[in-house]
Amino acid sequence: MATRDLIKNEKISRRSFIASSAGAGLMLSIGSVLPGCSSEDAAKDMASAGASKRFSPNMWIEIAGDGAIQINIPKAEMGQHVGTSLARIIADEMGANWDDISIDHADSDPKWGVLIPGQALGSVTGGSWSVFTSFAMISQAGAAARTILCETGAAMLGVEVGDCAVENSTVVAGDASVSFADIVRENDITRTLSDEELAALPMKAPADRKLIGRETKALDIPEKSTGTAKYGIDAEVEGMVYAHPLVPPTRYGSKINSIDDAAAKEIKGYQQTIELTDPSGWLQGWAVVIADDYPSAMKAAAAVNVDWSAGPTSGVTEEHLLAEGERLCKDKSAGAWFVNEGDVDAAQEAADASLSATYTTATALHFTLEPQNATVEVVDGTYHIHAGNQWHSLIIPTLAAALEVDESKIQIHQYYLGGGYGRRLVGDCMIPAALTAKAIGKPVKLVFQRDADSHFDCARSPSVQQMDASFDADGQLSGIEHGAAAGWPTGVMGPAFLGPGINDTGKWDSFSIAGSDHWYSLPNHRVRALRNGLVEQTFLPGWLRAVGPGWTSWAVESFMDEVAHHVGEDPLALRIALLDGAGKNAGDQHGAVGGANRLRAALEHVRDASGWGGDLPDGEGLGVAVCGGQQRDMATWVACVAHVAVDAASNAVKVKKIWQTIDCGTVVHPDGALAQAEGACLWGVSLALHEGTGFEGGRLKDTNLDSYTPLRMADTPDLEIHFMDSNEFPTGLGEPPLIPVAPAIANAIYAASGKRVREMPIRL
Amino acid sequence: MIEFELNGETVTSSSEPDTPLLWVIRDELNLKGTKFGCGIAQCGACTVRINGNATRSCVTPLSGIAGMSITTIEGLSSNAGKALQEAWVEEQVPQCGYCQSGQIMQAADLLEKNPSPSDDEITSAMTGNLCRCMAYKRIHRAVKVASGGEEA
Repeated sequence: MATRDLIKNEKISRRSFIASSAGAGLMLSIGSVLPGCSSEDAAKDMASAGASKRFSPNMWIEIAGDGAIQINIPKAEMGQHVGTSLARIIADEMGANWDDISIDHADSDPKWGVLIPGQALGSVTGGSWSVFTSFAMISQAGAAARTILCETGAAMLGVEVGDCAVENSTVVAGDASVSFADIVRENDITRTLSDEELAALPMKAPADRKLIGRETKALDIPEKSTGTAKYGIDAEVEGMVYAHPLVPPTRYGSKINSIDDAAAKEIKGYQQTIELTDPSGWLQGWAVVIADDYPSAMKAAAAVNVDWSAGPTSGVTEEHLLAEGERLCKDKSAGAWFVNEGDVDAAQEAADASLSATYTTATALHFTLEPQNATVEVVDGTYHIHAGNQWHSLIIPTLAAALEVDESKIQIHQYYLGGGYGRRLVGDCMIPAALTAKAIGKPVKLVFQRDADSHFDCARSPSVQQMDASFDADGQLSGIEHGAAAGWPTGVMGPAFLGPGINDTGKWDSFSIAGSDHWYSLPNHRVRALRNGLVEQTFLPGWLRAVGPGWTSWAVESFMDEVAHHVGEDPLALRIALLDGAGKNAGDQHGAVGGANRLRAALEHVRDASGWGGDLPDGEGLGVAVCGGQQRDMATWVACVAHVAVDAASNAVKVKKIWQTIDCGTVVHPDGALAQAEGACLWGVSLALHEGTGFEGGRLKDTNLDSYTPLRMADTPDLEIHFMDSNEFPTGLGEPPLIPVAPAIANAIYAASGKRVREMPIRL
Repeated sequence: MIEFELNGETVTSSSEPDTPLLWVIRDELNLKGTKFGCGIAQCGACTVRINGNATRSCVTPLSGIAGMSITTIEGLSSNAGKALQEAWVEEQVPQCGYCQSGQIMQAADLLEKNPSPSDDEITSAMTGNLCRCMAYKRIHRAVKVASGGEEA
């Protein structure tokens, strides 16, 4: 078949779909053609080299001459089976046989073009965004692949395109058919489709889907069941030495006065200890122990004496951090207004009664089971960095500054992540590894031991929230004022992403305040986002699974319970009344269709599933909480009931069961979705009852499992999780089920014992 | 040089006698399936079987295992071990997967000593192994399935 070019007037840097024969196979990709290049040129690059520096693919698919289909996934795999979900979406739309599909997780090789911020290769794996942000684009890519294969197949069969169906990797017309393998092997295809052409392609109706919403086994699970899955910590390069970091006493401002390695010199395999100089400023007062092998490095690290001058926060305690948060909450002039409905001040002045409460959460760790690590090799001036990571484009500029090289001289090779949860959004473990490789001129594998990993964690900031409710003369809730104080991860690491406060009240970090803009209809509602500067001076606050809503909902949902009891209403019934779907809560956004009405439906479902209102023995109770997911424009509706028993004598809390009803729109990979919900739900239990630490002398108190104690199997409650049937646009799922768990438990504790808990972790 | 049996084959290590077995297995003998987690025997990611007993290799010195028989995830060839690995896929247990070699070795230890454990016995045997993704429900279910005890 002759080459056909559909695009005549390509504009710069626009999304295109490119199909180009390469060898015996066909490469299909969707992405952005860079300025100064046409789609046709990019297609020629792809055909000749299997890559193009002038085209930045978001996603690409290779169909081999034998019909094998490889889908390249530019997302980090950290337990969410993201490759399986994304591949199912593409394969379904393109009419592929699932058995032909394999996946590969892409690296940041510059051959794939420039990393365009906000696009897939340069983008983040986090925020529960992957399916939500990819679905429309990769569905189009699948439809484009199907269209091109169908047209080519129809020509081979000598039939009209309209007489063909595409299924099981075959183009079928009546009794005649031709396989994808034959199509790609026997044709020289070069096609490009513009953004407009992509948008005009017909898409499968939900009822016609063969893969989305059907059960399947995740493609990454077999190798994770045999010990063959390869994580960053398993990477090795020829001639590497092993490095062990010596983390300074404070995150910022520490200085090394002297290093005494006399004792380490007695250790076999020890090479040297070097002080790191980091021009990016990220590492301050670091040293690295270098040895022939890692156990020698560990031994030597314990034997090296570093004399540090600690930074100015060396006296900071968790109490100081919380006191600063409380001060900010009480200063009503402080903070950026994130929500300002009606007139809270007027409601408070006119109030007949009021109710106030303050809620706190303690510093919490990511504690990825795979410790932070990176292996670095310099080849022809390019730093090849081997590490599992969630956000290449966040760390590459910092690495470039640290190494004093151009960003194009840094290539990150992706691996499975031994836990992400937001920790590996921040790839700063690569900095000491790369600086060491530069300093000694050898390949380096740097691995953190657990204590160092925890000290270097971008932990979840401690938080303080003050809630003030006003009630009118009829005793009805007339307004809520909410102040939420914490260190802001995005304020430190991505200030360009801060949002504008209402009435010129400064800026807010949506990753520190989302969730406070809940879906209850309140006539008067104000939220102040408060930035705890002392936290940010003391350590780097990070994004922890469920991020802002993971702690703002602790106050929102606990306080809603307190309000219900104050007005003498059932806490679940009050929520249903306030989730009326009126006004802004109608949910007209693309990712929140149906608004509060869908959350109310989920709540009614979980009410019935949990037997809400039934009799329980003394000392037991049910608590309820809900959430709208990570952000209002990507709403995942979760309603949660917890069943708790509180021992009257010991005050021991046992979570007996958790019910959740979840509406995340279309569920792409049902069992994977359930697995994510189970894990997130138990993370909620763990943060509520089992985790939490604090600062003492400017450092974390708990850095390993002897005192930092995440949930274990023996304390795991029963789970009953239900997904609402829906064909709505798919939203995020990896985090939202975590959000309502802690307040549901706290509210259940109140129902069981009459004790109101306002501090997390919960300690009765 | 210290000699021991690894997955049925005799091997020798030239590491220092106090070297934790974990690093001998991973870096000297190059079997990467056994993982480093906490380093203080509290997470279970490094679990191997030594003379048939589940053991945390991160705190086991090389000097203590001379002449002994070590089984890692790569050498798990018993019927119980295979049944567990099949159940791990069937029940879709792993999320990030990092802890799973240790979980499976711990479960193999249980099933070879107690082929039909009760629910409580499974929990008791497995509760020392941290799964940071918290796939505990599926770990429990897969052990039960591998033991031939159907689970609802």
